[in-house]
Amino acid sequence: MDAFVNALTTILVFGLAYAMLLFIISVGLSITMGLMGFVNLAHGSFAMVGGYVTVTTAGDWGVPFIPSLLIAFVVVGLLSVLFERLLYARLYKAPELDQVLMTIGLVFVSIAAVTFVWGADPLNIQIPDFLRGNVDLGFKLIPTYRAFMIVIGALIAILLFYGLERTRVGAQVRAAVDNRRMAESMGINTGRLFTLVFALGSGMAAIGGGLGIQILGGVKPTFAFEYLVVFLIVVAVGGLGNIRGTFFAALILGVLDFAGKYLLPEGGAFFIYAVTLIVLLWRPQGLFGKA
Amino acid sequence: MKLWKTALLGAGAVALATGSAQAREIKVGFVATFSGGLANLGEQMRRGAELYHNLHKGDLKGDTIKVIFRDSKNPGGAVAKSVVQELITRDKVDIVTGLVFSPNAMSVAPLVTQAKVPVVIMNAGTSFITNMSPNLARVSFTMWQSGYIMGEHAAKNLNCKTAIAGFTNYPPGKDSANAFKNGFEKAGGKVVDLIPMGGPAKVPDFTPFFQRAKDKKPDCFYVFVPAGNHASAVVKAYGQLGMKAAGVKLIGPGDITQDTQLQGMGDAAVGLVTAHHYYADLNTPTNKAFVAAWKKAYGADTTPDFVGVGGYDGMAAIYHVIKSVKGKITAEKAMAALKGWTFESPRGKIMIDPATRDIVQNVYIMEVGMDGKRLVQNQKGVFNAVKDKCKELKIGRCGK
Repeated sequence: MDAFVNALTTILVFGLAYAMLLFIISVGLSITMGLMGFVNLAHGSFAMVGGYVTVTTAGDWGVPFIPSLLIAFVVVGLLSVLFERLLYARLYKAPELDQVLMTIGLVFVSIAAVTFVWGADPLNIQIPDFLRGNVDLGFKLIPTYRAFMIVIGALIAILLFYGLERTRVGAQVRAAVDNRRMAESMGINTGRLFTLVFALGSGMAAIGGGLGIQILGGVKPTFAFEYLVVFLIVVAVGGLGNIRGTFFAALILGVLDFAGKYLLPEGGAFFIYAVTLIVLLWRPQGLFGKA
Repeated sequence: MKLWKTALLGAGAVALATGSAQAREIKVGFVATFSGGLANLGEQMRRGAELYHNLHKGDLKGDTIKVIFRDSKNPGGAVAKSVVQELITRDKVDIVTGLVFSPNAMSVAPLVTQAKVPVVIMNAGTSFITNMSPNLARVSFTMWQSGYIMGEHAAKNLNCKTAIAGFTNYPPGKDSANAFKNGFEKAGGKVVDLIPMGGPAKVPDFTPFFQRAKDKKPDCFYVFVPAGNHASAVVKAYGQLGMKAAGVKLIGPGDITQDTQLQGMGDAAVGLVTAHHYYADLNTPTNKAFVAAWKKAYGADTTPDFVGVGGYDGMAAIYHVIKSVKGKITAEKAMAALKGWTFESPRGKIMIDPATRDIVQNVYIMEVGMDGKRLVQNQKGVFNAVKDKCKELKIGRCGK
């Protein structure tokens, strides 16, 4: 019994921490795909650059960890606006293949660029003392950093839900996702809205990239490709343009991925692909997507 | 990418193609990982080989060496196979060397058997590789040399009654875990779980695997991962999950305390016990001279490691072949020259076993400690002239 409770809490705590990371990074991808129908495969690159900004500010410049994450959010958010205006905006009406080719190209460029600046080896940071060690749950110790990730992920999720459901901008985003042409004819500037959402989504990916340094073995140039598939799976399972869907998809996939590897190391990595297959056969539009 | 490769090739050719042109020009195809996240391994190997060459190029008496560097990119084997094919058919190389990863060495074996080209393996450590072709000789190590000895040592000297082995799920990983299990259980211990921890191409999040090991409360946790970036992630995960405080001792082959990665591992590495054939901290005159020459050549903040020594000794083996084979170098003549070859390596005396073409060498037990702010590896024991246990016991493909 003890062993069972122990394994269960292990899976929940570590799985949730990983799930929150998936959510923070994937939500921006989901919204941009839902809102503009734009396939942004370079989303992982923004997360990666966020990781490198965090390494530079927190590691080299000695900025505390949490402000470093905020700096990464702002820097990558602004950077993404630049890219959105210069490159993405030209391809909004282009066929999907063109979009895919352009963004895949961006991934290659980003990998070469960060290798040039930061080198090919993974970089790590020292996390602050208050995030080290363990939190005592009474019957089990859990690492403070994982608890911290769960809290941050939950906070971001609440903020996003609130922003989308209760604010004017949120209502505009929902309207544009549902029916873009109707929203435009009602006077919503969907272009500007998209730039804003794009920046927000990229900024959040950057926070995810910074948070992930500690648990993914450092930030490295290949990050943009290695995790792209996982982010796309989260978006596909959750349904495009749906925050709630992305959240639950991240929870399910994050926890199942950890559980699979923990319980059945031999074939556990396959677990999330099997789940994805089943979900998409059952609901091709994703768990919360609209048919 | 293309540009960089050409530049590297050019630099290598210039650096190594010295001496007069009256006698033979020996072409050596050097295949290793020179790009991507694992490029540091190929670079270490190249530096080791180049260091030996620069210190001994006078020994060849007129013959010259032209080294052609080719990138095998990843541990998958396919790229290595196609570049070796090109080296043999287009460049007509006399000797192939390098080979960081086992799958790459394995994919090359049938080719060199057919083409009758000798291969000096500078790293790839899966035990049965040398059985795959009569034209392979290995100067690096076998997974069984470190794994089996670590198993015995853990049971006898580290007071471990139970152990778990975690390994990267590809041939040398399975080999290493199997070697450890054999050594540990023969000495009276019990391996309670074997945990495959993802493939070699990317560094996984080790948490699920390590947490699984921690929850089973073994005395020792033996880990094999490929040298390079995996190793730092292993020590990090071990530290983060509080496994040391929970009484689980981390042990492994020296791949996980690779000298080039060691300083980045932090406090969590202290107390880690490994078995391997080379450490930069080995306290012998030959090694001290070698480390000094290395630092002089590549900078005071660099250090050789077992991959670098593999390159150094591999080049020594190639020099031996060139000096002792008259006329054209064939696989048969090269292997005949290498069988029984002995050399005073920085790691101690080494020999190529005439029966298996595999290396016979010392295996050291080291423990990571602190010297001021620097992490150091302190010698706790040594086993002299260790042969490959897998072939001795004829286990699985080692018996064929």
